Amino acid sequence: MVWGPLCVSCYDGLSRGGVDEIMLTILFDGVAYGMLLFVLACGLSVTLGLMNFINLAHGAFAMAGGYCTVILVNRYGVPFALGLPLAFLVTALIGGLFERTLYVHVYARPHLDQVLFTIGLVFMSVAAVDYTMGSSQQFVQIPDALTGQINVLGIGMGKYRLLIIAICGLLTIALQLMLTKTRFGSRLRAAVDDQRVARGLGINVGAVFGLTFAFGSGLAGLGGALGAEILGLDPTFPLKYMIYFLIVVTVGGTSSITGPFFASILLGIGDVAGKYYVPKLGAFVIYAIMIVVLIWRPQGLFARATAK
Amino acid sequence: MTSPNPALTGQVSDYLKRRARWTPLEIAFWIFAFATIWLFPSKYLILKDTAILALFALSLDLILGYAGIISLGQAAFFGFAGYFAGLVAKYGFITEPVLALMAAGLVAAALGFVTSFLVLRGSDLTRLMVTLGVSLMLGEVANRYSNITGGADGLQGVDIEPVFGRFRFDLYGHNGYVYCLIVLFICFVVARRVVYSPFGLSLRAVKGNPLRSSAIGIPVKWRLVAIYTFAAGIAGIAGALLTQTTAFCSLDVFSLDRSADLLLVLIIGGTGYLYGGLIGAVIYKFLQDWIANLTPQYWQFWIGLVLVVIVLIGRDRMQAWIATALGALENIGPRTIARPAKLAAPDGK
Amino acid sequence: MPILQTTGLEKRFGGIVATNNVNLSVEKGARHALIGPNGAGKTTFINLLTGVLKPSAGRITLEGKDITDTLPHQRVRLGMARTFQINQLFLDLTPLESVGLVISERLGSGADWWRVVGTKSAVTEQIVEIIERFHLGDVMRDRVAVLPYGKQRLLEIALAFACRPQVLLLDEPAAGVPEAERHELLATIEALPADVTVLLIEHDMDLVFSFADRISVLVNGALFVDGAPEDVAKDPRVKAVYLGEELDA
Repeated sequence: MVWGPLCVSCYDGLSRGGVDEIMLTILFDGVAYGMLLFVLACGLSVTLGLMNFINLAHGAFAMAGGYCTVILVNRYGVPFALGLPLAFLVTALIGGLFERTLYVHVYARPHLDQVLFTIGLVFMSVAAVDYTMGSSQQFVQIPDALTGQINVLGIGMGKYRLLIIAICGLLTIALQLMLTKTRFGSRLRAAVDDQRVARGLGINVGAVFGLTFAFGSGLAGLGGALGAEILGLDPTFPLKYMIYFLIVVTVGGTSSITGPFFASILLGIGDVAGKYYVPKLGAFVIYAIMIVVLIWRPQGLFARATAK
Repeated sequence: MTSPNPALTGQVSDYLKRRARWTPLEIAFWIFAFATIWLFPSKYLILKDTAILALFALSLDLILGYAGIISLGQAAFFGFAGYFAGLVAKYGFITEPVLALMAAGLVAAALGFVTSFLVLRGSDLTRLMVTLGVSLMLGEVANRYSNITGGADGLQGVDIEPVFGRFRFDLYGHNGYVYCLIVLFICFVVARRVVYSPFGLSLRAVKGNPLRSSAIGIPVKWRLVAIYTFAAGIAGIAGALLTQTTAFCSLDVFSLDRSADLLLVLIIGGTGYLYGGLIGAVIYKFLQDWIANLTPQYWQFWIGLVLVVIVLIGRDRMQAWIATALGALENIGPRTIARPAKLAAPDGK
Repeated sequence: MPILQTTGLEKRFGGIVATNNVNLSVEKGARHALIGPNGAGKTTFINLLTGVLKPSAGRITLEGKDITDTLPHQRVRLGMARTFQINQLFLDLTPLESVGLVISERLGSGADWWRVVGTKSAVTEQIVEIIERFHLGDVMRDRVAVLPYGKQRLLEIALAFACRPQVLLLDEPAAGVPEAERHELLATIEALPADVTVLLIEHDMDLVFSFADRISVLVNGALFVDGAPEDVAKDPRVKAVYLGEELDA
């Protein structure tokens, strides 16, 4: 069933002598997709690890960032390079606001309540965006310099995807540095490890969480703006992609940044490869990967055994 | 062994038996439910949908309210059995709807058994994701084999024979509703027996304290597998009912929306006392109908708002209000009505 | 022949040796106490005995049968039951339901999904017996969560006892019990039937010395001293360990 199309395309590729090219393109696209997923999902991973809070509305922040950039760039002519950081800022502000006014009340609740609460928020945001912006897919006007491909090592690489890899790569490195080299980073890691002890050490866990939540939402917004071109931006975005973010977080675990990073890359490549080689099964491949991983390692691929 | 105190023995025996007795409120509920057949002849279609939703919600209550398993994947069994029922009718493998219904339930239970091992391990989030993943995967598979399942267009050409050769399902839903209501009642009675049995009691223990449960000799894993399998079967029966009474089945049976709506039904009605799914289904359908009439396009917004508000008020408080209201109506002992069980927080709060 | 025996039992967590080559023998019908300073590994040892933890090395036998690889719930059926240092109760159930549950399980109707709880007279009679023995009659219909601590502690032991074990492992039964409720608890423990072997972990020395006929001392995970109460009480090394004094080579 799966082997049929796989064999056919491999044979095809081999006989045409271009199998390397196809696989490298898939690899490239998969890595770009994966890194985008990572930027989108890492805020969720930290929130879950930090406050044991399941935030299914994370995708809504991504959507907000995307639409923010669409409005700024398309309607007000703001340059694309400015639109991206603005998406980050606006979404971070919204995230911070929501955290202080709404999320704060549900931290101590059981997981089921958190799931229901955030699903409610998703429904509301989806309907609100549908009402204000219409239900059709939105496209960001990308500057001409970023359209088309450049030829690197004989493969055609989309310029936009290259940009994504560059930006996301830099962000990942910056995040890792921030976590390991700054005081805020060590406070954050302490609070993730053991909240009570961290509080006992005088770390203001509430403030750490508020800032982290805002930052994570901002990242999601940035990812949404960057990804509008590739993932498709419409009001159903949070519902469509929520599952992907959750897969990244569940498979990657919540005790590090590297876990979700590798999980995202794995899922990105898996999804692109799956959709190319077995198109009718679509997302089947990543669901299968997720289930297999979770059977093997229920705490995620990279999770440390924690006291929780 | 010392001979037991007869007075105390009598009290204990009475107490335990009274736990399981049908209360007057319950009897009134079901009399009214069946009376709706004659009271609301113009509303058969929506009543039928409510009955199916109620049965579906009951299946989730069994694992969520009684065993503490958070699942977004009951839709997998609903859809699997739904397609099964449609296909056996379409290709004439099983023509008697009641037989097909039972077969569909068994098939869904088998799927439940096979996937139950996935939910035994990991955290709440893992369980959520794995159950959702299975459900979505089945949706993808159904999409892939659209030559059999009809794909995005849905399963066409399903022709359902009259029940027992006599009662045909029609567009007005009369026979359909009676059929669904009877099936709901039968499944409910069975679920009620299960819940008040020693097995049901052990489930509540497992949900409350799995560590102590195994320390008193309960094989926790197998109990969870058993209830998950049973609940899958019930969800399957609900799915088959839908296919049989509408002569149609489509991919959205596997969607996230359906699982999310189910959770909403249960939090409106409350979990852990069996009637939550039924009451929640009625209220949900009412809400849906009412809101859809007001704002047909954006009803999702109001449902979302309802969810947010309910959580902010607190499900505990709401269930306490319901319990007080019920208690005020009933003046027989304090434990005569099965009190809505609180969902224990996973970290033991 | 000892009813419960461990040979070379060891448990390592990474570099830490929590249980160090413990060879313990408990005789049938004994009142055997296990004492030791905090952090000595007493609860870890109980967790190994009951199967909650898997040993890194060594074997455990119950009535001559090797149970090292048996699952926790199966060990209960073989005749070993325990209580927990911090109450592990079913907070949303009532004492009647909790005790009834244990007895149903033991009598084999635990998986029965059709019968209503309480219709078997054998079960009801045994429930009453336990309720009376553990003085839970006046609170038997209340939710466990609202019971006073002393009654909860009694229920904790009642649940383990309802398993009709050959060996009963009590993990600090008197811990945290207020003075007013201690007497009832201690009297109940004293009144346990002679044919049930009891292994007791305790810090309360009065209870230990009045109850036990044999005492083992656990220090840093290893069995330090093992003998009759008089001998252990007089042993200068035991005093040293408890007072933190340096031991002679």
